[in-house]
Amino acid sequence: MKRSGVLPWLTLLAWPLHVHSAWDVDALMKSLARHEGGRARFVETKTIALLDKPVVSSGELRYQPPARLEKRTLKPKPELMVLDGDTLLLERGKQKFQVRLAEQPEALAFVDSLRGTLSGDRATLEKSYKLRLDGNEQRWTLDLLPNDPRIAAFVLRITFGGANSQVEWIRYLQADGDSSTMTIEPVEAR
Amino acid sequence: MTRSGHRAIAVWLLGLVACVAVIAQTRFTADMSAFMPQRPSATQQLLVEQLREGALSRLLLVGIEGGEPAARAELSKQLAGRLAASPEFAGVQNGDAAALAKDRDLLFSHRYLLSPAVNPGRFTVDGLRRAIGDSIDLLASPAGLMIKSLLPRDPTGEMIELVGALGADHGPASAHGVWMSRDGRRALLMAQTVAPGADTDGQEQALARLRAAFGEVRERLPQAADMRLLVSGTPVFSVDARRTIRGEVERLAIVSGVGIIAVLMLVFRSLPALALGLLPVVSGALAGVAAVSLGFGHVHGLTIGFGTTLIGEAVDYSIYYFVQSREGNDGDWRARFWPTIRLGVLTSLFGFASLLFSGFPGLAQLGLYSMSGLLVAAAVTRFVLPPLRPAGFRPPDATAIGRAVAPLLGGLGRLRWLAFGLAVLAVATLVVQRDRLWNLRLSELSPMSPALLALDESLRGELGAPGQGYLVVVGAPEREAALAAAERVAGRLQVLVDQGVIAGFETPTRFLPSRATQQARRAALPERDELARRLREATAGLPLRAERLAPFLDDVETARSVESQPWLDAEILKGSHLTLAVDAMLLQRQSGWSVLLPLRAPAAGEIDAGRVRAAVADEPGAAFLDVGREANRLYAEYLDEAIVLSLAGFAAIAVLLAVSLRSVRRLLRVMAPLAIAVLLVMAGLALAGERMTLLHLVGLLLTVAVGSNYALFFDKADAAIEPRTLASLVVANITTVIGFGALATSTVPVLHAIGVTVGPGAVLALLLSAMLAGGRAR
Repeated sequence: MKRSGVLPWLTLLAWPLHVHSAWDVDALMKSLARHEGGRARFVETKTIALLDKPVVSSGELRYQPPARLEKRTLKPKPELMVLDGDTLLLERGKQKFQVRLAEQPEALAFVDSLRGTLSGDRATLEKSYKLRLDGNEQRWTLDLLPNDPRIAAFVLRITFGGANSQVEWIRYLQADGDSSTMTIEPVEAR
Repeated sequence: MTRSGHRAIAVWLLGLVACVAVIAQTRFTADMSAFMPQRPSATQQLLVEQLREGALSRLLLVGIEGGEPAARAELSKQLAGRLAASPEFAGVQNGDAAALAKDRDLLFSHRYLLSPAVNPGRFTVDGLRRAIGDSIDLLASPAGLMIKSLLPRDPTGEMIELVGALGADHGPASAHGVWMSRDGRRALLMAQTVAPGADTDGQEQALARLRAAFGEVRERLPQAADMRLLVSGTPVFSVDARRTIRGEVERLAIVSGVGIIAVLMLVFRSLPALALGLLPVVSGALAGVAAVSLGFGHVHGLTIGFGTTLIGEAVDYSIYYFVQSREGNDGDWRARFWPTIRLGVLTSLFGFASLLFSGFPGLAQLGLYSMSGLLVAAAVTRFVLPPLRPAGFRPPDATAIGRAVAPLLGGLGRLRWLAFGLAVLAVATLVVQRDRLWNLRLSELSPMSPALLALDESLRGELGAPGQGYLVVVGAPEREAALAAAERVAGRLQVLVDQGVIAGFETPTRFLPSRATQQARRAALPERDELARRLREATAGLPLRAERLAPFLDDVETARSVESQPWLDAEILKGSHLTLAVDAMLLQRQSGWSVLLPLRAPAAGEIDAGRVRAAVADEPGAAFLDVGREANRLYAEYLDEAIVLSLAGFAAIAVLLAVSLRSVRRLLRVMAPLAIAVLLVMAGLALAGERMTLLHLVGLLLTVAVGSNYALFFDKADAAIEPRTLASLVVANITTVIGFGALATSTVPVLHAIGVTVGPGAVLALLLSAMLAGGRAR
């Protein structure tokens, strides 16, 4: 009874969108693909079972479509992560790690979830994930559900939330129940 | 046959049997260390040992091409499994994820003995708070994913210290769980042979095992039919060099043998005489190999290669004998010709004796080989051939050849001024080209094909395998002292890394710290109750509660006592890949232990040797080694030495001739053609753009040795040279040119060098002797 009551409402909500702008995954991807990149501030909150309270980090993101993403963490410890093409570079103090993503299919799929969404590359995303879109153009959420068990072994769901062509937050739900949420606030480009 | 004849034959036969017996026991090698010094300085000694026995001399680089990547990876795994189980290999690495995980487990369980961060301060309340705080901060990073599960056991992050030290940023790429080239077309493996570099037989066996194992695995895997095996590394070079040399020696022996036999047949027209004519050569060659084997304990492949050149000179003796002597009148030959030949033999021996003093075992072997070979060949000609001479054998009258040639040589006699003119031109050429005469690179002696070198470079690059590169070396009588010294040096090198002088370095103490260091680290671990108390205090206010860290307390307690965690030693590392790394860098030597710390040059280019030397200067016994440069410098030094020795040989020959000829005029008449021939050959090589190596020098010495016979015969003929003698010289010259001409076509640089020097040199020596003899040929 309750279920039959909600569904029509949902249909009703969806109805005008389909009529006016055909709001669906393709439309979101097109809109995201138009994003020209730029800088943003982020705050990331990780909830880890082992710890009594979440770990919070913050810093700056730079995105250069389609392949380069720089995450510069300022707090609590300076750290630089650069994702460029198929290499991932992590610099922390004196230590430097470089990962060639092509060698690590799981890591590549994980990275592609982020890069594929930012650049609106549906084909890449659907290689590893099932997509589920909710909301409307002004307030949407996109769920990525891994269909490869090797990815599902460490991440259950990745959710992007945003408005129009702007991603505003990303939430990772890990297989062990820990989760992290990153909120993104664009810095206006001149 | 006279009684003395019987005795000579008996002695000769016994000698041959003895030589064959010695040769049957002889070990033949082909490693480049023969061209390294015998009496080296400490660093040179190390260099030679590295080439002979070091990890590099045992490292095989393996690539698998063709087929699908996944099938290739499967083949790589099965191949690695087979090699690891075979007795020829000390270790195999193919980047197998499971094997790497085992290494990581080993590091993790010994982290409190291994981590450089472990010291008493680390486990104070403050130290713990700082280390745990860092770990929590790290959880905020993407790298946090790696450490989250380890945190209850390792809250202070020792594993991060170790992994950081492992240098995760270099090493081969991988795919499908094994090492794979960047472009994904080659699966890659590294294998270490048990046999050291000097044991070419053992390495050949290991290579055969590798190829067989590859064949078997390929057979059994469904999609592997079109996969190919690529192998490189020093063992391949040694084995390949030996095979090339062997093949070349066979080919050259056949080519020059057939040519020489054809000429001899033409002249002798008698099969028995031909067979006899070859006896001195064969006896000389056998004696030469046996002498080297007895003198050096082993024989280098190149020495054998040199054997073919001996044909060129030793066959001359029997030509002289058969062409110059008459049946039943050996006494006449002994009286008229033998003294000249004997002086020629002595001249050659004096020349080659200088090589015995060479610091290069390779050259000393050549010297001993030539001396004993020539001596035996001459003795066999003198004492064994006459009694064996078939009754009724009369060599066809060769005087016809002599008569035919005489006018030509007579004409040459009027060209005396031309000889001196050419000499002046040659000297001028040499002066102009003086900076381009010598090749100072050791690698030029290597018989490696460019294709093999290119493959080596590409596999080395993909595997990130160490090249020759840069090393810091420390030594001590005891292993522990050597490790402790390496730890001190590592501390200095770390400063250089921070300053950017070097990009990084390896040290065995990363995986095998000295006992003293392990002791200090163990002593820094507090006992359980105390650690629990400090931990509670340290975690106050942190989001990580002490109660969650019980596994940490357990692990530290385990690490505190030798009963629950024995000292980390070579035994514990055995079976892991860490042992390969340690073995490569920690060497037991006759005089004690050496530790090698390979340095990585900064991306910007070369290492500033001065700064590295300065940094390790106050560590006694520590030395910085630029291996490539050191090897070349060494070679240049020994080239200088060889030049001096050759000049000494030349001088010795001059003294010998002065004493036996007792006349300055005659001395000049004999020496001048030889000296001018040498000058002309050198000038010719310079004009042809061929830079001389040590072996060209040996060739020049041989030119003098062969040419002295010609010059002496021309000199001996006081009035005019007899047609018979002239004929013997011409035939001898033709066979010499055939022998060395064949060598000049060789792809083995060493053999080519000798051929290209002696071939023209011998002809020139004959022509110049005729020119300077002053037209006294009839």
